[in-house]
Amino acid sequence: MAIRRGRGVAAINYPTGMNLGGDPTQALVHSTPTGNFMVTLSSVDLGQGLKQIMAQICAETIGVPTDRVTIDTADTDTGPHCMGTFASRGTHRAGNAVIQAAKEARQVMLEVAAEELEVNASDLETDGQGNILVKGAPQKSISIFDVALSAHFKRGRSISGRGMFLIPRSYPEKETGAMKPSTCYAHACTVVEVEVDDETGEVTVLTVKNVFEIGRALNPKMVEQQLVGGSWMGISHALYETTEPYYPNRDHGGTDFNQYLMPGPGDLAQTEIIVLERPSADGPYGAKGPGEMCANPQIPAVANAVFDAVGVRIDTLPITPERILRALKAQAAN
Amino acid sequence: MELRKSYFADQRKDGLHEIGQPRPRLDSPGHVTGKTAYFADRNFPGMLHLKMVRSPHHHARIRSIDTSEAEKHPGVVKILTAKDVPHNVYTILILIQVGPEDETVLADGKVRWKGEAVVAVLAETERAAQEAAAKVKVDYEVLPAVFDMEEALKPGAPLVNEYHGQNYYLYDSGECRKVRFGDVEAGFAEADHILEQSYQSSPIEHAPTETTGCVVMPEGNDRFTCYTNTQAMFFTLDNTSIILQMPGSKLHFVGGTVGGGFGGKVDVIVEPIAILGAKLTGRPVSFIYSREEEMQISSPRAAEKVVIKDGVMNDGRIVARQVTGYTDAGAYSRHSPYGAQKGAAHYPGPYTIPNVWIDTYCVYTNRTPSSAMRGFGVTIGDFALEVQMDKLARLIGMDPLEFRFINAYRDGDTKAHRQPTEGAALIECMQEASRAANWPVAEKYMAMSSYKKGA
Repeated sequence: MAIRRGRGVAAINYPTGMNLGGDPTQALVHSTPTGNFMVTLSSVDLGQGLKQIMAQICAETIGVPTDRVTIDTADTDTGPHCMGTFASRGTHRAGNAVIQAAKEARQVMLEVAAEELEVNASDLETDGQGNILVKGAPQKSISIFDVALSAHFKRGRSISGRGMFLIPRSYPEKETGAMKPSTCYAHACTVVEVEVDDETGEVTVLTVKNVFEIGRALNPKMVEQQLVGGSWMGISHALYETTEPYYPNRDHGGTDFNQYLMPGPGDLAQTEIIVLERPSADGPYGAKGPGEMCANPQIPAVANAVFDAVGVRIDTLPITPERILRALKAQAAN
Repeated sequence: MELRKSYFADQRKDGLHEIGQPRPRLDSPGHVTGKTAYFADRNFPGMLHLKMVRSPHHHARIRSIDTSEAEKHPGVVKILTAKDVPHNVYTILILIQVGPEDETVLADGKVRWKGEAVVAVLAETERAAQEAAAKVKVDYEVLPAVFDMEEALKPGAPLVNEYHGQNYYLYDSGECRKVRFGDVEAGFAEADHILEQSYQSSPIEHAPTETTGCVVMPEGNDRFTCYTNTQAMFFTLDNTSIILQMPGSKLHFVGGTVGGGFGGKVDVIVEPIAILGAKLTGRPVSFIYSREEEMQISSPRAAEKVVIKDGVMNDGRIVARQVTGYTDAGAYSRHSPYGAQKGAAHYPGPYTIPNVWIDTYCVYTNRTPSSAMRGFGVTIGDFALEVQMDKLARLIGMDPLEFRFINAYRDGDTKAHRQPTEGAALIECMQEASRAANWPVAEKYMAMSSYKKGA
């Protein structure tokens, strides 16, 4: 009886957005009298930080700091339609809608600034700090604060824009399955090291090294929180979780967190996250949806590492100590 | 976390003002100081609490329902049964033309899974609602149930759901979604080795911090405001409009701040019945799942069975892959026909294989309906595919990582569903993993690229 070490790898990809498309999201953007910007949506923030990302996308597109943008979302009386936050679609779909709306608003903003500065709008650029400058002559400038005041009180213009993003729905061909499921895919490769106690069947995940390719890290800190959380969830899925431990038997289902087990702080693997960015052709600033993808590769990597450690294949999830011990017993009997 | 900017640098515009900046989240201070308002923080005077009477049987005919004792229970205001629901038989994907309607808001004549909602009790307090629910008498005639997907698909198996007529979802392509690419039998015939393996998963729970629920306020103008933690505002509003046969203009949904979704809050379960309760009583209504309901009543991730048959050459090329996937939908469709179909689009994984045959089935059994969850239609498939890849590599005596390089998809490769690959990055992920994990592979693999073909 011994503690045995093993290592496993898995590589995966994952589609962004609803399978086969047909999932619209809309956005509206307008400025307040003093040049702050409101983004109106009906997209839901599940805790992953959708509101923050939409603010950064709008800010980048308009050319103001993020703290000048407010997100008003998920009120059906005010927010335009969003299909919902699922299918790794929030950043990609809503982000594109926000960019389109923000571009339209930016154009009006530049037109008003052009009138104030008596130049052509096409000769203007933003400095990202809240000012509009004449290209090549940055001493000639106007603040977005003053442009908004002018638009509201002097020029009678609405600095606003409408945005819509829809990938047309694809219908699978009946006999061949020819179809267009998605426009972009995130990628991952994960290597896991485990220890397996061949007396108790217990698995300890020592290290998990995840390489994720996500298109573009719009906010690296938030990318990190989502990817670390996903990596933990993948390990939990592999080794701990089920509502029906003896599926298809319906008995023994957990009803609280004392019975439905997950790894706690003491069970966390040493986690490493490496991010690659290959911008997607149709993503907002190249972003793909990594929200679901990041919890997948750990599961087969753990299964492969368990085999590497003790030489038994557990092809049924979750990989419980009971399943490992039964497999070891069967192996010894052969 | 490390960003490896050396990869794909020629395709990326860095140096933007806001994008790529690690700005602190605007909502973090509220979250960590407990000041963020969630739906359940709404507490209105006179608010009623809704509790469900649920089926104790996996499959049974309802002979009769007697609510007379429950109605007398102190604090009970209203009791709802199937006849109170205007459009009781529904399915949520009807909004994107995926039918048939196959589920009841409140059971009508039959229950098809243990835990199915039968009677809704509205009372002044949660306790009164719970106690009254225990006094509802339902007379059941227990029917044979089926829990195993293989058993369910056999002729003569108990029929789970009459709205389908058979124990699988009928796609326009027949009993399963199909992908056919190349000639899989010819591929097997030329292969040096064939490996057929079967993989199985069990249902799992989303385990959000905040359980599913909503609070409904009847407004003075004949409208209803529903504070909800749904993941999809208009999807829920529009389905509620259908179920309650109420114009969408009468409905106002407020949400967007949710304590974890993971796919568990897209089923439109609590909102319609709570709004109906508010309409029929004229009072605010709260319907919030207990942790037990969240774990055993709300949809889990489906159990799946995946059978993979591969033909592989001694040089590492996979020349044929046949995948049969089974998704255990439980008693009702919810999002499962979509998920099973998403699996068909995902197989054979991120590998270029010339001959592919895929069948994915959505199967009905007498268990808690499954539905969407993070990785829907893909997660279990990836478990099966990537364990299979490990087995194949070992079968031909090849390093598992190098084996994946040989088969990895690259730009321009045609996928089994006949789309050209664009924006691939699997090879680069594996190269970086090889470095990070100190898992060396041959130099020719480290020299590969997703967009410059040829090793």
